[in-house]
Amino acid sequence: MNAVTTPATARELTTYVLRLADTSLVLAQRLSAWIGHGPAIEEDLGCANISLDLLGQARLLYAYAGELEGAGRTEDDFAYLREECDFLNATMAELPNGDFGQTIVRQCLLDLWRLELFEQLTQSTDTRLAQIAAKAVKEIRYHGRYSSGWLVRLGDGTDESHQRVATALVTLWPYVVEWFAEDALEQALAERGVVPSVAAVQAGFEARLAPILLAATLTRPSNVDYRWFGKRAQHSEHLSHLLAELQSLHRAHPGAQW
Amino acid sequence: MRPSAPRVQSLKVYGAIAMTLPHDWALYEVFVRAKRGLDHKHVGSLHAADAAMAIEHARDLYTRRQEGVSLWVVKSADIVASAPEDAAAFFDPAEDKIYRHPTFYDIPKDVETL
Repeated sequence: MNAVTTPATARELTTYVLRLADTSLVLAQRLSAWIGHGPAIEEDLGCANISLDLLGQARLLYAYAGELEGAGRTEDDFAYLREECDFLNATMAELPNGDFGQTIVRQCLLDLWRLELFEQLTQSTDTRLAQIAAKAVKEIRYHGRYSSGWLVRLGDGTDESHQRVATALVTLWPYVVEWFAEDALEQALAERGVVPSVAAVQAGFEARLAPILLAATLTRPSNVDYRWFGKRAQHSEHLSHLLAELQSLHRAHPGAQW
Repeated sequence: MRPSAPRVQSLKVYGAIAMTLPHDWALYEVFVRAKRGLDHKHVGSLHAADAAMAIEHARDLYTRRQEGVSLWVVKSADIVASAPEDAAAFFDPAEDKIYRHPTFYDIPKDVETL
């Protein structure tokens, strides 16, 4: 069954789907920068595989957003022809790669959050969203295995690797706050069973994270005040640079096709 | 107590970027089963810190195009191989023993994979 019964619902769901899609696309772009630069060629491939999965998720979600919106916008229109102030990705996804340890911490936090979120989205009253989530969950389960495996190795590794991921965790933790600060749009969709409640996702995320941090000998930082809400298009200074590179080819050659 | 930071050795250079590999990563051989009922075939090798990482690397490197349904990894150092200089003594004596080939009876035509 399709959950969209009124134009207002369609608008809310379009925005929500774009949040998911933008997070996937922006993170895919960030990860792809490791290709040719990984600590080993095996990790190059690992990051590239995850990046391609995320790109595939973004495409499915953009296509659905375009249908919901009903204005004829395509995947390319959403990815290449919107400005920074139009992007609704979670801010964490746009943050720089840093060293491999920082990339792993960012990836692990995002994987565990998205795994819980997409698992719960498979129960959505919106059939299409549930189907997209079901496909993505299989991919994200592997991503989480990869990133949490590395987080444990680095956290429980040498003094230097421990210090690097511990520092990255403290640096990145403030950006987790956004995911669990429920806004009116998420609340409205959750009340109709289209999306899970933010509280339920947070509980699942914390339960997944705790044993990994324990194994990695890392401490969960405490929550702090937070100023960026990428999901409401309030971004860090890093997104515009990322988009400039992501969109350069399409802007130089509009409508270019492979 | 954590061990001290691993030394790294230069593996290869892409442009100006030196790719490095922890010196204690071992070489593993990778075997992929293409589908149920077939045997695992050797497809290549990779580096990893341990067997668990080797399996994940094998998944990332060798099953990107739906090549398999099952993976084996084996430490290359654990494989005992015959020496090239023994080849004559090992294999040549079988050359003239044609009676070891089952050529003296007909194989039923429905048997495809014998």
